[in-house]
Amino acid sequence: MRGCALSYEFDFSFLNDYLPELWHGIWLTLGMTVVSIVPGFALGTGCAVGRLYGPPWVQRLVTIYVEGIRNTPLIIQVFWLFFGLAVLQVRVGPFPAAVIALVINVGAYTAEIMRAGLQSIPKGQLEAAACLALKPSQSLWSVQIPQAVERVYPALVSQFVLMMLATSIMSQISAEELTGVAYMIQSFTFRGFEVYLVIAGIYLVMSCLLRLTLLGVAQVSFPRRRRLGTPL
Amino acid sequence: MFGLTIEQIAFIFRGAGWTIVLSLLGFVGGTILGLPVALARASRRRSLRTGSGLFVQLVQGIPLPVIMFVVYFGISIGGYDVPALVAAGIAMTLYSSAYLGEIWRGCIQAVPKTQWEAGECLALTNTQRFVFVILPQALRIAVPPTVGFLVQIVKNTSYAVVIGFFDLTYSAKVINNSTFMPFTVFTLAALIYFAICFPMSVLARRFERRLSRS
Repeated sequence: MRGCALSYEFDFSFLNDYLPELWHGIWLTLGMTVVSIVPGFALGTGCAVGRLYGPPWVQRLVTIYVEGIRNTPLIIQVFWLFFGLAVLQVRVGPFPAAVIALVINVGAYTAEIMRAGLQSIPKGQLEAAACLALKPSQSLWSVQIPQAVERVYPALVSQFVLMMLATSIMSQISAEELTGVAYMIQSFTFRGFEVYLVIAGIYLVMSCLLRLTLLGVAQVSFPRRRRLGTPL
Repeated sequence: MFGLTIEQIAFIFRGAGWTIVLSLLGFVGGTILGLPVALARASRRRSLRTGSGLFVQLVQGIPLPVIMFVVYFGISIGGYDVPALVAAGIAMTLYSSAYLGEIWRGCIQAVPKTQWEAGECLALTNTQRFVFVILPQALRIAVPPTVGFLVQIVKNTSYAVVIGFFDLTYSAKVINNSTFMPFTVFTLAALIYFAICFPMSVLARRFERRLSRS
């Protein structure tokens, strides 16, 4: 059997034959990621605010949500949601189900990150906001949240990149994203190793691009950094 | 019980056992490979730093399921037919060594520079300085994030389901396919994962608080 290792010939001809499928997979992966980022961030920020300033029952609820999600695997959450909805006779396609699961999942992680960000804001900022007669909601919206986002932005970017990588299990509920496409090509061509090497390379490029894009967004959207060139 | 037979519940728990086995494998392997990665990342030699940095970037930029597939098919083209446990174990080792390496690099570098200088003043050699002065202090800092990362390892073993490894996720999926009671089955699986992970999360947080107080 040893000889096989030496005589194995790499064959990347599937790249030509399955290019449209690969593109489709890439777009689905990116689509899933981009669609999930904004609602996931909003959910997480809401939960962070609720956990810090909400009434006790909200705090308890958010804690249960965050700890529950953070201590169970994404794939179990996805199965629970997807097969559960099917039993309840709710018809949801794999793509919406995947996005819902991702939003719920990344919301819990974002909540923890944003909570750390909100807690790290110096007291002086809150006092200044109070001196300017801002209502608590105004202080939150225009003083605390922008500063918190700017402080924890690198952690948020890492979290969103991890989320993009995590979409690779959505083929388990038949959302044909990149890994699902890879499995399909592999089962037609029996070139599993080459296929997944290529897929790994594509993911590597995509995670670099996503990171760069998100960091670019930061350069444009944080006015302090744009005008002064200094981080917070 | 909850509409599941004793055998079915036992089947799910057997999967949980394999989840723990794979987690331990990933952690032990990740420690063995992660320590050199951390040392190389914190090294003064530039070539070591960039080399290990590339490894970390590579592993952290590829989804774990894809790493599992690459290892799984990579072994099989070598002409070896290995059980999914071995492939999953190797993939988990690669994965956790990259993350643990980064975590521990941070811990080594978090030891104040003055400690290195003090070691030098005491005429310790480089190795002595590292082993007797820096490492004990770095270890103390490393405990909370390492325990925290254990949670990630346990959760991420669930990705081994893609190469057909019989773990908790796999067994839950099988039982769900035969009973079609997803809420019961996956809630049970989630509770088992939670029972393994949550104590470690709490422990990590407690260690962290103790460290920041001292």
